[in-house]
Amino acid sequence: METDKETHQGYKGRALDILKKFNIRVWSAVNIQTTRGHFEGKILPRSENDDDKHLVLKIPTGYNIGIDTDTIENMEETGFEKANYKIPEQEFPYSEHLPNVKLFGTGGTIASRLDYRTGAVIPAFSPGELYGAVPELADICNLTTEKVFAVFSENMGPSQYIQLARSIGEEIENGIQGIMIGHGTDTLHHTAAALTFMVQNPPVPIVLVGSQRSSDRPSSDAALNLIHTAHTAGHSDIAEVMVCMFGPTSDEYGFLHRGTRVRKMHSSYRSTFRTIGDVPLATVNREKVTPIKQNYNPRREDRQVRIQPYFEEKVTILYYYPNMQPDIVDALVDMGYKGIVIAGTGLGHVNKPVYPALKRAVEKGVHIYMTVQTLWGYVHMFVYDTGRDLMDLGVIPAANMLPEVAYIKLGWALGQTPDREEVKKLMLTPINDEITEKEPYNGYLVYQGGVPEVEEFIRKYHK
Amino acid sequence: MEYDQALDPRKNYQNTRQKIGYVNRKEATEADYQRIGFKSGLEVHQQLKTQEKLFCHCPAGIYHNNEDYDAEVIRHMRPTLSELGEYDGTALMEYKTRKEIVYRLNNETACTYEIDDTPPFKMDQEALEIALDISLQCKLNIVGEVHITRKQYLDGSIPTGFQRTAIIGVEGELPLKNKTVRLIQLSLEEDSCREISDIRHTRIFKTDRLGMPLIETVTYPDMFTPDELREAAEYIRFLNRSTGKVRTGIGSGREDVNVSCRGGTRVELKGVAHNKWIPELSHNEAFRQWALLFIKDQLAGQVTQPDHWEMSHMQIDIGEQRLTDDLLQQASHRGEQIIAINLPGFRGILSHFTQPGKVFADEIEDRLKVIACLERPNMSHSEESDPRLHADTFPTLSPLLSAGPRDAQIILWGPEEDIPTALETVEERCRMAFHEVPRETRKTFPDGTTVFERVLPGPDRMYPDTDSAPIPLDKKYIEERRKQLPEEIIDRYHNLREWDVPEDTYHYIFSKDLYPLIRDISEKLGYDAKFAGTFIGHTLKFVEGHYKRHADFQYTHIYDLFAFISQKGLIKEIAKKMLPWVYNKNPMDFEQILGEIHYKPLKKDEILSRLPQLHQQFDRISHANNAHSRNDWMMGQLHHNALGNIPLDELRKEIEKTQVNP
Repeated sequence: METDKETHQGYKGRALDILKKFNIRVWSAVNIQTTRGHFEGKILPRSENDDDKHLVLKIPTGYNIGIDTDTIENMEETGFEKANYKIPEQEFPYSEHLPNVKLFGTGGTIASRLDYRTGAVIPAFSPGELYGAVPELADICNLTTEKVFAVFSENMGPSQYIQLARSIGEEIENGIQGIMIGHGTDTLHHTAAALTFMVQNPPVPIVLVGSQRSSDRPSSDAALNLIHTAHTAGHSDIAEVMVCMFGPTSDEYGFLHRGTRVRKMHSSYRSTFRTIGDVPLATVNREKVTPIKQNYNPRREDRQVRIQPYFEEKVTILYYYPNMQPDIVDALVDMGYKGIVIAGTGLGHVNKPVYPALKRAVEKGVHIYMTVQTLWGYVHMFVYDTGRDLMDLGVIPAANMLPEVAYIKLGWALGQTPDREEVKKLMLTPINDEITEKEPYNGYLVYQGGVPEVEEFIRKYHK
Repeated sequence: MEYDQALDPRKNYQNTRQKIGYVNRKEATEADYQRIGFKSGLEVHQQLKTQEKLFCHCPAGIYHNNEDYDAEVIRHMRPTLSELGEYDGTALMEYKTRKEIVYRLNNETACTYEIDDTPPFKMDQEALEIALDISLQCKLNIVGEVHITRKQYLDGSIPTGFQRTAIIGVEGELPLKNKTVRLIQLSLEEDSCREISDIRHTRIFKTDRLGMPLIETVTYPDMFTPDELREAAEYIRFLNRSTGKVRTGIGSGREDVNVSCRGGTRVELKGVAHNKWIPELSHNEAFRQWALLFIKDQLAGQVTQPDHWEMSHMQIDIGEQRLTDDLLQQASHRGEQIIAINLPGFRGILSHFTQPGKVFADEIEDRLKVIACLERPNMSHSEESDPRLHADTFPTLSPLLSAGPRDAQIILWGPEEDIPTALETVEERCRMAFHEVPRETRKTFPDGTTVFERVLPGPDRMYPDTDSAPIPLDKKYIEERRKQLPEEIIDRYHNLREWDVPEDTYHYIFSKDLYPLIRDISEKLGYDAKFAGTFIGHTLKFVEGHYKRHADFQYTHIYDLFAFISQKGLIKEIAKKMLPWVYNKNPMDFEQILGEIHYKPLKKDEILSRLPQLHQQFDRISHANNAHSRNDWMMGQLHHNALGNIPLDELRKEIEKTQVNP
């Protein structure tokens, strides 16, 4: 028996009443008589967030329209056919000479299909489904998949990081030759940082990937990102935690970013992920990985990975703004926060009125680290008195660690020990370039359009 | 039949043309169209005159030259699966072609929305309103809520791979002179990119036009002759223009024409820019399908087991075969492969008539260009009227292919990586010949012929746009818009007839949307409607054809001109003298124009008072003193003074009067 929810999916209020009145279900083929004339088509489910004044109708030409319920005079069911949309599966071929790669799913839809009747996104995830969607993968690796959990990118958190790290550890012990992780893009870089700290000294590439345009769109970046990622996981010599996403917005090549230096920098561009304060690790295309940085951790045959799955959840980022009041800091301390990462202005500053609150916090054992909201550049607290004062209060400068990375690392460090000195040592000893000794001259490139040389450049090269 | 009993391709073309009963368009009668079951419908595209594009804030209606761009972006289009887990026919074809699509962006007319790096902004309200007005005008049933839908296009003409489009109304009708044409729907959609080039595996587009608002009016296949089709197209175009809110000029209105013959298939002739091309194109398309049905029948007699039909092919080494053909040698120099193909049972088919000047082999060559990306010339065949290869080339190769007397052969050439697709393409097209008229969209040419463009997409390529919310159209708003609608084209047509405006002016009047001007000159200024209509339909048309338009000139200046004439108490005929100046030199300063044409204000009496003196003068200088030449001469003398002051026919009468009684 179908429930009311299923027969009238998404309809409520007046719209639901009128459907019931004329005994019409979702998926009914209907003739509708209205004050605006006659309409014919199939009733579709309605999005929960839309109003209760309209019915959604797919008309014979394939378009959807809405019918105003106030205009309806009569409705008649002429047929019923429920859509049952499934991703086709084809067996993923196995080739002796190709590397074995594991794809972990976290809930983000790297590959998906849109149900053309409802618009619902149906994820493609099993190897067979992926093979149906991106057959090129079979020429790159032997793929197996595992859905570790299913959450949206914004709901990823410590327990997912830990679970993922453990699964990766098991796969490595079992001899896998490369790992791919499908992930929503919004917090992809947080997870990349967390895995860098939790999965240390990996012998194989661990590559996180997402897509900025879902793969039900013909010009999606998903397929190419997957191909690049599979290639990196299966064949590259770089055994690190990396993010693989579009280099330029054009379908040309991908970048491999170190998990600790990468950040999503545009809300919608395909080329949204950028390495901050350094050059990317490598480029990747359909054929090969080309390292840009020469000092990376090479692929190994051994299985000596160290899984360190720790996280203290009472850690936060405080984004400083002018006129910030000390009560914000007091409130955090009162609520039991153990670590605070400040994203300070300029070289790492906050205003004087906050000082007493920071002092109280440190005295209560809260670990406070300073990063910069400029994202590029180092915290430098010796330049001005204010910086020196802050350090005297116990605020620790975190060099050129990105604020989000510092947040993840502080959570990870506090998950292991509350000891001030030990935490400081963990924080300031880089595991994989979250702090670098220097920023290369070409590590800060944010071009500004309008100047002749930049215009010449973007006309000539695909950005 | 022995091979050396060569088939004469020219004769075969003529014979098959005759066999199917092809007639020239000019000689075709309604009976011919009934005989082949001509049936057609229209999809009329019309750009709307809005400030901005449909889903972003870039300006609409600014165009750039091909080289005027700031950046390029590359995309590839991947097919997405249909509900049955199968790729749509078009999708598969587009994927086979493996095109690299390059988009040229100019910062003035494109932002990150155009290249699909930013989600759509809210739909342009101005565009929605115009689309609603025209939908009401077409008597369509207006939807309660506008749902934005994605319609997939994988040819690269839209960087997202789909067009955002929305239905405004369904089920309407248009009253033509002798019948009513039913409308399926009207949609509001974004225009596509303009193609710059399509060579080999690279297709280049510019994005200036991309995203401009466009409406598409779709009719039922209710037109049964090419003339009806054209009439319907004109009617829709005139209706659109009657709102005054649509763009005019090259490319702003384009027709897709759906044509079939009895037993044929709906084939879409794409982007017909001029309505006058429609009859010839649709005529030829219906006969092309008719010809393909004859080919099917002929093949049934020549191939016993069509389901097991297979072609054979082999790679040719031109050195080994001692082939000296230029085309083959050039291909070989380029490092391309040369493939000879035997088509069992296809003798007489390759040179079978399909369109004027075209044969079945062209259907294959067209597809090789589009699907396998082989630039023309990409093949030669054994039944060419003007052979591309030496006379003995095919006879040399036939034995190697074990060709029989009822077979035909093709030689094609191209880069090695494209050969598998090329072979599939040839085989696929040949197999289709046994069964059906392929569902296609075809590109049109001014000579009335068409070439293959794409496989016609299936119906399952419409997806809801998850990036936009539905837009309700409430009753109050619709009723408000309904009140502002112009009268119907068919009523305007009847009015012009009633006013006795000459019929040869109607097309010009409707196509320029000048009816409201005629009506206003007549109703508001009190001029005779027949005079106003003739003035617009003849005088203005003449001036437009012979003078350069001043940048500031607008049709409304003609109303101002008559208002001026009326206010000054001038006679209306002076407008004819003034119009070229208004149009070409000085649209607004009518006083100055009066000076330019040497107008002098004179009373009727003053003019007539000169008559006696002129009579005397004529008497002195004339040799042939007949009444006719006297009148003409005197008119000539006074014409100048009369201008604007006294109607010329009145002056002539006055002259005639004085002649009787000087």
